[in-house]
Amino acid sequence: MRLALHAEWTKARTVAGTAWLLVAVVALTVGLSALTSSAGGADPAKVGLTGVVLGQAIVAILAVSAMSGEYGTGMIAVTLAAVPRRWVALCAKGCVIAGLSLAAGVVAVLGAVLAARALLPDGLSLAGPVLRAALGSVLYLGLVALLSLGVATIVRDAASAIGVVLGLLYLFPIVAALVSDPDWYRRLQQIAPMTAGLSVQATVDVANQPLAPWAGLGVLGAWAAGALLVGGVVLRSRGA
Amino acid sequence: MTATVTPYRSTATPGRDGFAGLVRAEWTKFRTVRGWVVGMLVAIAVTVLVGLLGPLGSHLVCSGPNGETCGSNRPPAGPDGTAVHDSFYFVQRPLTGAGSITVRVSTLTGAEPWAKAGLLVKDGLDAGARYAAVMVTGGHGVRMQYDFTADTAGPATSSEFQWLRLTRAGDTLTGYASMDGTRWSTVGVVDLDGLPSTVRAGLFVTSPAHVETTRTFGGASGSGGPTVATATFDRVETDGGWRDSWTGTAVDTEDTGFAESDGRFTVRGSGDIAPIVPGQGEIGKNLEDSLVGVFAGLIAVLVVATMFVTGEYRRGLIRTTLAAAPGRGRLLAAKALVIGSVAFVTGVVAAALSVPLVGMAQRAKGFFVYPVSTWTELRVIVGAGLLFAVTAVLALAVGTVLRRGAGTVTLVVVAVVLPYLMAVASVLPTGPADWLLRLTPAAGFAVQQSMPEYAQVAASYTTADGYFPVSPLGGLVIAGVYTAVALTLAAVTLRRRDA
Repeated sequence: MRLALHAEWTKARTVAGTAWLLVAVVALTVGLSALTSSAGGADPAKVGLTGVVLGQAIVAILAVSAMSGEYGTGMIAVTLAAVPRRWVALCAKGCVIAGLSLAAGVVAVLGAVLAARALLPDGLSLAGPVLRAALGSVLYLGLVALLSLGVATIVRDAASAIGVVLGLLYLFPIVAALVSDPDWYRRLQQIAPMTAGLSVQATVDVANQPLAPWAGLGVLGAWAAGALLVGGVVLRSRGA
Repeated sequence: MTATVTPYRSTATPGRDGFAGLVRAEWTKFRTVRGWVVGMLVAIAVTVLVGLLGPLGSHLVCSGPNGETCGSNRPPAGPDGTAVHDSFYFVQRPLTGAGSITVRVSTLTGAEPWAKAGLLVKDGLDAGARYAAVMVTGGHGVRMQYDFTADTAGPATSSEFQWLRLTRAGDTLTGYASMDGTRWSTVGVVDLDGLPSTVRAGLFVTSPAHVETTRTFGGASGSGGPTVATATFDRVETDGGWRDSWTGTAVDTEDTGFAESDGRFTVRGSGDIAPIVPGQGEIGKNLEDSLVGVFAGLIAVLVVATMFVTGEYRRGLIRTTLAAAPGRGRLLAAKALVIGSVAFVTGVVAAALSVPLVGMAQRAKGFFVYPVSTWTELRVIVGAGLLFAVTAVLALAVGTVLRRGAGTVTLVVVAVVLPYLMAVASVLPTGPADWLLRLTPAAGFAVQQSMPEYAQVAASYTTADGYFPVSPLGGLVIAGVYTAVALTLAAVTLRRRDA
């Protein structure tokens, strides 16, 4: 496992683009958060951390490229020859990608919080719920990375995989916003990976949200685990 | 000394590769890659299925204060089929043939800007029947309105115009307003073709529900409720074929009535005479609701359009392609033409299936579906095709520049879908949300708007209800400008760069 981790780390480190993508995660998250913070809104933590909605797309590119890139170049055959136990290969990849995403997430969320403190009309105090929202947002990015990795393992092709991931993330909230039925709206918010996961950012009127903060992040965790599980099974059962 | 060898030269005369041949080559590529064809079919399927999700997962609760049934949720239809509100208090008499009525509206109390009090001529007392009216309003001065959708402002939006006159001669109705009852100015002249000889005419008062919308995460929520306006009319003068005595009729409304003493009429009215605007407090579904799936279908189309070019780079096919067709601008044009046409057909088929199928599901669940003209329906369906085409070509152009599948799909989805998402379901206040839908390619979704905004109806007009800050054509043009810029950029990079 240690060697597999080392191999994955070397690959991630040396592929052109990884560093740029991590920088983009931070820049876009902080940038959009700064924009929304200057626009203002009801829930300061949610407003200040809105950039995560955009940053997650770059995290998804990072994770999808890590897997689909190998299929695109045929590298996957070498990877699986070096690490024949496929679960180990997948876990190692997951650890490295999630770790990179979390690291970028920490910087991005920190930047977003600082921007929000400066730009929100009422500022942003780092009290309990806001701290939870910030920490949850970092974990959210990590889980999105794992979900993307799982999907990429199943789909293999980069464009299709990213299409599926962004569809999963962005479609549910749009459909939810356009259905008029309140029960159905709530149900969609509860099962959607993005809206459920981002309920960890709620700091105002928490009791009336469709999901409790950590339970919401749990829903996203379940999506990620499910995707990785199916991905692992598929990876085991088919040729490279 | 070595003998020079002349290399083989084909004796065929070199011919310029025709554009038709290029298009044919690209079309052959597209149709022979099974994944791409399947991707387009998937786009059609998810458009319809996601659209069906809404009505199939919803249920209509029909419990009013009086135990109303779902049937009563069906609003009346105006003369042109538009769903309308037609509830007001009417103090009326039958009028046969020509005639006129003059009145002074001495007071109108009711905070709503669109509370209305004035004179009305109507083809009977059924909700939805044709009418013409001249009125004073709570905050928009004197107006002449007829048949629900038409509205003409009076000589000035001044509260000094208290005198109103409405005359009928044949099919022509003329509304006048005056400050003093002697000098009159015309507000509007209306021809109501086929108005019967006997109509109901008299005084009316109505006041629309108060609407206040607050935007929170996950959409807009509103508060409000019915309002009542009270108006005092005096100096009522009638002229012409009036019969019977004044009768108070509550048309589809409650909590109203009138009293008369010494020629002074005090009338309380509630409701509205106006087209229905989807949104807060309305239970109907509109055409946009049946096209929710377009977002899902669009993502599938974008993925295929991206792979149509990035796939060539990944497989190295691009070298063969460029060897066969050295004119790179022409190659890009051929690719754009093929993927744009395929996406257009996909969008039209997807929308043409969604609109009737989702509409049927909505009706089966008991929802009222706002009627729109066949022309509007066609425009929205063709618009979906154009939206697919424009964004597919955008994806192709971005893919040509970036040469990476994941990055291209993300960039285009983030540019097209995310602004819409942030506008309908995010923390953004209305102002910035509207700017997002004006300045990003997401403006293209405006092509779905099926119902017009009415200046004379105060409503929230949110994007989630199907109202966009740009016109349908304008939105498509904005998206098209992005595509044109990206395509130019793609042509330049493709020309400069090695395959």
